This record gives sequence, structure tokens and C-alpha cells, in this order.
Amino acid sequence: MAVIVWITEGTWPACVDAARTHAPAGTEIVLLHVTGHEIPGVAHGAFAGLLGRGHPERDPGTRLEDLAATSARQLLDAAADRLGRTCTRMERTGRIEREVVTAAQGAQLLILARDGDHTHLGPHSLGPASRFVVDHAPCPVLLVWPEPAPGIATIPPPPHPPHHR
Amino acid sequence: MSAGLLVVVLACAVVRPWGWPEAVVAVPAAGLVIGTGAISLAHAGAEAERLGPVIGFLAAVLVLAQLCDDEGLFHACGAWMARTAVGRPRRLLVQVFAVASVITAVLSLDATVVLLTPVVFATAARLGARPKPHLYACTHLSNTASLLLPVSNLTNLLAFAASELSFTRFAALMALPWLTAIGVEYVVMRRFFAADLDAGAQAPPGEVAPEMPLFAVVTVACTLAGFVLTSAMGINPAWAALAGALALAARALAQRRTTPGAIVRAAAWPFLAFVLALGIVVRAVVDNGLASALAHLVPLGSGLPALLGIAALAAVLANVINNLPATLVLLPLTAPVGSGPVLAVLLGVNIGPNLTYAGSLATLLWRRIVREHDTDVALGEFTRLGLLVVPAALALAVVALWGSLQLVGG
Repeated sequence: MAVIVWITEGTWPACVDAARTHAPAGTEIVLLHVTGHEIPGVAHGAFAGLLGRGHPERDPGTRLEDLAATSARQLLDAAADRLGRTCTRMERTGRIEREVVTAAQGAQLLILARDGDHTHLGPHSLGPASRFVVDHAPCPVLLVWPEPAPGIATIPPPPHPPHHR
Repeated sequence: MSAGLLVVVLACAVVRPWGWPEAVVAVPAAGLVIGTGAISLAHAGAEAERLGPVIGFLAAVLVLAQLCDDEGLFHACGAWMARTAVGRPRRLLVQVFAVASVITAVLSLDATVVLLTPVVFATAARLGARPKPHLYACTHLSNTASLLLPVSNLTNLLAFAASELSFTRFAALMALPWLTAIGVEYVVMRRFFAADLDAGAQAPPGEVAPEMPLFAVVTVACTLAGFVLTSAMGINPAWAALAGALALAARALAQRRTTPGAIVRAAAWPFLAFVLALGIVVRAVVDNGLASALAHLVPLGSGLPALLGIAALAAVLANVINNLPATLVLLPLTAPVGSGPVLAVLLGVNIGPNLTYAGSLATLLWRRIVREHDTDVALGEFTRLGLLVVPAALALAVVALWGSLQLVGG
């Protein structure tokens, strides 16, 4: 049983902090980063669209695969530094949301950060990938704010006046 | 027979059997259509004469872009974006749009796809921003932002050679459609990737930016001025591109940062041979009945409905085969009508490829079959974005072109 911390660009520090606070001492903490296949994919596609250029070694998608691997490693290193506890680093590539769900199988807890505008509470707090993960997670999920949550007054007013029957 | 040969040439260009350069099949095919008389020697000669300067121009621009990369221009752009967009992904997106649009317009779409895309990814990674919106922007703009100048895209060079337009007139007519299409891309992407852009960017400010490679920037600026000057003097602007490439090459060689071999390779000779051969084969197909077959489909005229129809047809053709053969087929039909229809073809073939991943169904299907790179690309997302962007960008760009034609005059 482990606590999985899903590390994503932009919002990961809050997840690491939450792991420090909420993971019981002695529990294994896994820092997970998934590189989406579309990252090299769109570059491979753009290059394939250039008819007749030959030179497969100039395909930028191949360079992106290397760059993405390096960037994922650096991100996990930074996250491990911030955590300051022994942890396992897990790098995956594929469809982001499905890889996260697969990795979370049998976990004690999955920690992720909400998406969306940070200046007000709600709506649309989950992007497509996080939405899928929350919907399909095979374990308890802890959803954290990427930064201190704004006040309750930032909730938009109700859309319709109340109905009186 | 020529149609069959064209299919073979295109299939081999997409499939690249045994990793052969595309020219290996295309050049013998061109020889065959000439040898069998499917295209008269005079027509083939005329086609080669028309394509020759285009190919020279293309070679010069390819070399220019590569030498700019050697000078560190693309990395300097990345460093500039990284320094001025710390912690602000939306700002980064604006800068990616600006840089990719200018690089594509001036140094051609090849430069954006091959040289700028990795820099954009590295920049997003350095800032700690999610890279997806910026990468999509880069690849989309390599098509959409290639409308502005004849040098921006090989399709434009072909149209430029087929039309009576001067370099500056081409740019004047395409400026508004260019801005319109980029604007549509920006509005759609900002919303489409809102979740990724809202996530912020956590990385602290990085090291000091490397200096802008002044020599390369000045050379490119002088080359642009040279385009305007040569076109005003009635000289082929390819000479200005050649001069720019030579200036950078001379400096790089003098400083021993490159070799003559590397410069010659940057001109991508097999690609140039492929373009020439493809042009001759397509001409044979057009001469042997395709022209009359398509003449029914191509709406002729310079009114707004005709321009919309031409652009839509070009976009469809570009997505079914590829934008290069689509351009070669449609140009002989539209060029006699005037510059409006020719430019409408360009809007279609340049914006259209964003609809399908890899810009053509043929390429797409083939890649699905061979599972190249072993990646299962999220086609759904790419296609959804394409469906949101392409019809709107295309329609509005055609309206903008029509407006420019009224203002500037065809």
C-alpha cells in the first residue's frame, strides 16, 4: 500500500506538500509523472506532413522524446527534493489519464491537484485528464488546491433565481 | 498511366519503402512520363523552367534557416521567451504564437517544424509549464502562419511562380488573411487548453539569456528587405534569399563552425529533385484529363462564394492526399483566372492540413498501420482541435482575402 503523488507541471508542489502532511510515517510514497504520447506525437505528425523531406533523423518528434524524458526526470528530482523523505520515482509514457489510473491500482491514496482558474472557487476544477482520473480512480483520491484556496465569496452567484411554486 | 504513376509516387513518398528518399521513385517516374510521351518534351521543359527558380529559392531558404539555427537564433528565441514569461503560461503562449508566426513566415514552415518545435518544448519545460498547448500552437502555426510570404511555404512558392504577383503584392494581399487565421488559432487554443494554461508554471527564473545572434538577425532582415527591393526592380527575389544564405555561410565557414558539405546537405537535394519530378508527373496527369475532370469541380471566378469554394476544395484535397500535390493540381486550373483564386487555393492547402494529424489521410492511415514510433497518438484531441480551428480560420481568412482583393486589387 503506497501513497501515489501525481506530479504535473505547474501544480506539483501542492501535491508534494499534501503528501508530506497526509501520508502516514513509514508509508511508501511514489512520485508519478506521465509524459503524454501526444508530446512527441504532434511533432512526428507535423514532420510526416512535410512530404518529400526525407531525412528521418531530422524528425523533431525523436528529439522531443529525449527532451521529455529529461524534463520528467528533472521534475521528479525537484519533487523528491521538496518532499525530503525517501520515495520512489515512477516515470511513465502513454495516455496520461489511463497511465495514472493504472499506476494507482492498489494504492492507499492518490494525490492530485485541481486544475482551472486559481482566482475563484469552482466551476470546472478538473481538466479532461484529471476528470478521467477522478472518475476512474481505483483508490481513494485527495484533490488539493495548487495554492491557498481563495475565499468562499469567490463562488459565482447561483445562475437562476430560486423557484417558488 | 500518368495517374497511376502519380499514385505510386505519392504512395512511395508517404510509405518510404526501405527508407528510400522520395526522389528514388519520383525521378524515374518523371523520366517515364517523358519517355512514353505522356507529357510532351516541351511541356516538361516548360514545367522544369517554371519550377527551377522555385526550387532554387527553396534551397536558399532551407540553407538560410539551417545557418540561422547554427548561429543560435532559435535558442535565443527560446531564451527570450523563457525570460519574459516566467510563471505565466498564457504569456508564453502569446510569445510562442509571435515567434512561430514570424519564423514560419520568414524562414518557412520547415524551420518551425524541425528547428523551433524542440526549442518551444524545452522552453516550456524550463519554465515548468505544461508543454502541450505550446507544442500544438507550434505545429498548427507551421501551417496556418505560412500564408504571408512566398518563402513561407513551398506551396506559396509554387503559386507565386504560377501567378503574376510581385513579392510585395503577394504579402500585401496575404497579410490580412494571415493575421485573421492566426487570430482564430489563438482564440480557439486559449480556450481549448484553458486547463493546461491555468495550471501555471512553477520553475524559478533561470540563468541569463544568451545574446541574440545579431549577425543572423541582421542578415535575415536584409534578406527580407532584399525581397522587397528585388521585386520592385523586377528581379527574381530568389537572388535575395541566395545572398542571405551566402552571407551566413561565408561567416560560418570563415569561423570554421560549419563545413561546405553540411551547407550543401542543408539544401536537401533529394527533396528538391522530388519536387521537380512530382511537378512533371502532376503536369502529365493534368494534361491527360485531370484538368477537364476537375474543371467541373473548381468554382471559377473571383467573387466571395467562388473563393470560398476554391479554398474548401483545396483544403479537402490537401487532407486527402497532401497539400503539395493538391497545390500542383489546382494551380494550373486557377492561375488563368487571376490571383484571387490562386491565393484562395493557398488558404485551403496551408490551413487545411491542421484538420488531420500529419496533414493527410494517406499519411495518417499508413502511420496507423505501421505504428511508427510505437505511439498511440491521441487522435481524438488533435482532430477535435482541428475541427474547431480549421473551418473557422479558413472561412474568415477567405473573407479577409476577399477584402484585401477589394482594397489592394488583384
